[in-house]
Amino acid sequence: MTEKKKGNAFTENPLVRAIGVQKIVVVFVLIAMLIIFSAASSAFRQYSTLLSVMDCTYYLALLGIGVTFCLITGGVDLSIGTGMFCYALVGGFLITQKDMPVIVGILATVFCGLLVGTINGLIVSRGGHAPFLATLCTMMIVRGMGAIITGNASVTWPSSSSPIGWTRRIFKMDIGGMKVPIGFLWVLILAVVMSIFLNKTRPGRYIIAIGSNKEATRLSGVNVATYQTLAYVISGIFTGLAALAYSSAFQSMIPGGGGGIELNAIGGAIIGGTSMSGGSGTISGTIIGVFLMSILQTGLPMIGLQANWQQIIIGLVLIVAVYIDVLKNKKLV
Amino acid sequence: MGDVILTMKGIDKSFPGVHALDHVDLEVRKGEVHALMGENGAGKSTLMKVLTGIYSKDSGTITYEGREVEFTNPREAQDAGIVIVHQELNMMGHLTVAQNIFIGREIMKGKLIDDKKMNEEAGKLFEQLGIDIDPKETMSRLTVGKQQMCEIAKAISHEAKVIIFDEPSAALTEAEIEELFKIIRDLRDKQLGIVYISHRMDEIKVITDRVTVMRDGGYVGTLITKDSTKDDIINMMVGRVIYEDPKTESAVPEDAPVVLKVEHLNAGRMVRDVSFELRKGEILGFSGLMGAGRTETARALFGADPKESGDVYVNGTKVEIKTPQDAVKCGIGYLSEDRKRYGIVVAKTIAENSTMASLENFMKGAFIDKKKENQAAQEYVDALKTKTPGVDQLVVNLSGGNQQKVVIAKWLVRNCDILIFDEPTRGIDVGAKSEIYQLMNELVAQGKSIIMISSEMTEILRMSDRIVVMCEGRKTGELDIAEATQERIMHAATLRD
Repeated sequence: MTEKKKGNAFTENPLVRAIGVQKIVVVFVLIAMLIIFSAASSAFRQYSTLLSVMDCTYYLALLGIGVTFCLITGGVDLSIGTGMFCYALVGGFLITQKDMPVIVGILATVFCGLLVGTINGLIVSRGGHAPFLATLCTMMIVRGMGAIITGNASVTWPSSSSPIGWTRRIFKMDIGGMKVPIGFLWVLILAVVMSIFLNKTRPGRYIIAIGSNKEATRLSGVNVATYQTLAYVISGIFTGLAALAYSSAFQSMIPGGGGGIELNAIGGAIIGGTSMSGGSGTISGTIIGVFLMSILQTGLPMIGLQANWQQIIIGLVLIVAVYIDVLKNKKLV
Repeated sequence: MGDVILTMKGIDKSFPGVHALDHVDLEVRKGEVHALMGENGAGKSTLMKVLTGIYSKDSGTITYEGREVEFTNPREAQDAGIVIVHQELNMMGHLTVAQNIFIGREIMKGKLIDDKKMNEEAGKLFEQLGIDIDPKETMSRLTVGKQQMCEIAKAISHEAKVIIFDEPSAALTEAEIEELFKIIRDLRDKQLGIVYISHRMDEIKVITDRVTVMRDGGYVGTLITKDSTKDDIINMMVGRVIYEDPKTESAVPEDAPVVLKVEHLNAGRMVRDVSFELRKGEILGFSGLMGAGRTETARALFGADPKESGDVYVNGTKVEIKTPQDAVKCGIGYLSEDRKRYGIVVAKTIAENSTMASLENFMKGAFIDKKKENQAAQEYVDALKTKTPGVDQLVVNLSGGNQQKVVIAKWLVRNCDILIFDEPTRGIDVGAKSEIYQLMNELVAQGKSIIMISSEMTEILRMSDRIVVMCEGRKTGELDIAEATQERIMHAATLRD
């Protein structure tokens, strides 16, 4: 007989266990929020609101997918918020100021993410820095770099009316005069691919194993440093992709911006059930979590709570999410 | 017993300042369970670490399957068929049982991991071992006993020829131990060589064929288990060393009042129904083997870890100790075995460390009264003969013995009457040791009372007025110093319920 820990019928239900208690609860919270916002604000019921929620979801989801890998190793990547701005600045700068082809700008954006991610990974895995500090430092560096490269000027990606403005339509297509948030499909495809990568391939398995017990993983003959680095590389690449999503939705970036966005993405991942202490986490949870964050971000102003209130509420939500994570680690949930 | 599969001969290993292994021999045959025994620090684990390539040996030879070998890491040893089942389990709690067993050598289907196949294979392994574990279950949801079975299954899946069990039963229940023994017997019948490290005398008699005893890093001898008695083995373990000036009788007067009484203390698996009394001016030694629950008892008493039940009386009054602050208020000071982590702040000065537990007495308004602090620190530097150029010296610059004195000063400044010394001389050189001993004797002469947890038999016999012996979280003996001998202590320390 396999011994089981005490738990009620709900949490021991095989289906519930397969999906995860937290995710189910978050979905209900999500529905509750949708109902509350819809009831409180007529603006929230508009189709355009769905489009704004989606614009916000895309970049947060991409950041979230990436950072989930770092969180699962037991680390974190704080450079993703400012990183996203920096890479989008660099890509946009090349296109609009240096007249490079759009595709070069896109590739440069993603490459910047890859580069910074690799540096983060090496500092953490080879240099032995605490992930929190290492990525805090690179966060400072990319913030400065973005401003220096663009000569401290804002960058605006080509507008949708411009002949090279097709990047604006990657995530929001115009079909018969109606704007369709097609980006959700791309994010979903990426999420599925990364979920398979996490759960069904060796690198993914080792990333989980490292977060669960690094020393045991090392003693099992796994090259721990390589896979730890990989987690940050993934985070970097997805930050690059998020930069594309952000510039597609919002078009212009100011130098030195993006700070604080990393917390929305990390918060989304934690709300979705990824543990701050490593070893467990799912891509699907992160998607649900960042969707909740996006709804908060879009919905709160519509019920009259402006930016400052938003920050307070999102901060409180994160405290609750992290506290649940702490409880889970004590095996109370 | 079959042919010899593994021979370690004349293995020698030194670390800076310690001769950890002194020409140790070990021979393991196919189809035998070979016990490796010895007191704490006898060198058993070091020997196994040399075998599996975690440490490199200074001299000696290892012959495995007729060839001389030298592994440079555990992975190499594992690939050759020598596997350790660790006491501290090496598992990834978030992964499933099957995923744990096949970590690092997953079964693949193209580019993807074939979890289904891995579950099947793990299921077959368990079937072969006769254990009922679901390979799809998450590892952390299993009991420690089941987790251990998974480790064994993992070892067997490596096609191990020699399996080393490092205190496998320490965390197991009676029924689980039965199951473990059944598996070990099966493995023996399949002609594997098994090394079994344990402190439990009864188990040794039940499960092993031969016993090799180590003492102080040296090889003492090898016995056929069925031809020897428990006393034979204990005598070999403790040896006939003459210990320097052991106490012959208690220095505590008959009528000394009880300053601390602990009744039926329970805190987790390592502290089970522990009761004892400490009298004024007494040094109460806590003896036992590694993992006996002595430190856990002290920490629960001190409020550092939560306790489930139990009453504590200080000077006859019942007290509630829930946090270390409560304990300190009751006049109890705890000197941790891990000085650097829990005892002192090495980057601070002697003065700052000395007043750390009683800073409220050194305030002038909102500010620390530096002058008063220095005076108090100086007083105890003098009293304890701490070797330092001054009280503003950083603690990191002091030797181990002098650091320990700063910790003692910290509690004396606080006016603690009950001091718990957890391994007071660990990492302290011989000269400083006797100074610490002298200091402890002076403290009790002044009317302080001391609980001394020690893994060193010498220290226990030299310092204690009375000795409490623990084994697996229970108090298994209490001896007056006049009647205490190494053999008696060792008997109690290996006594299972």
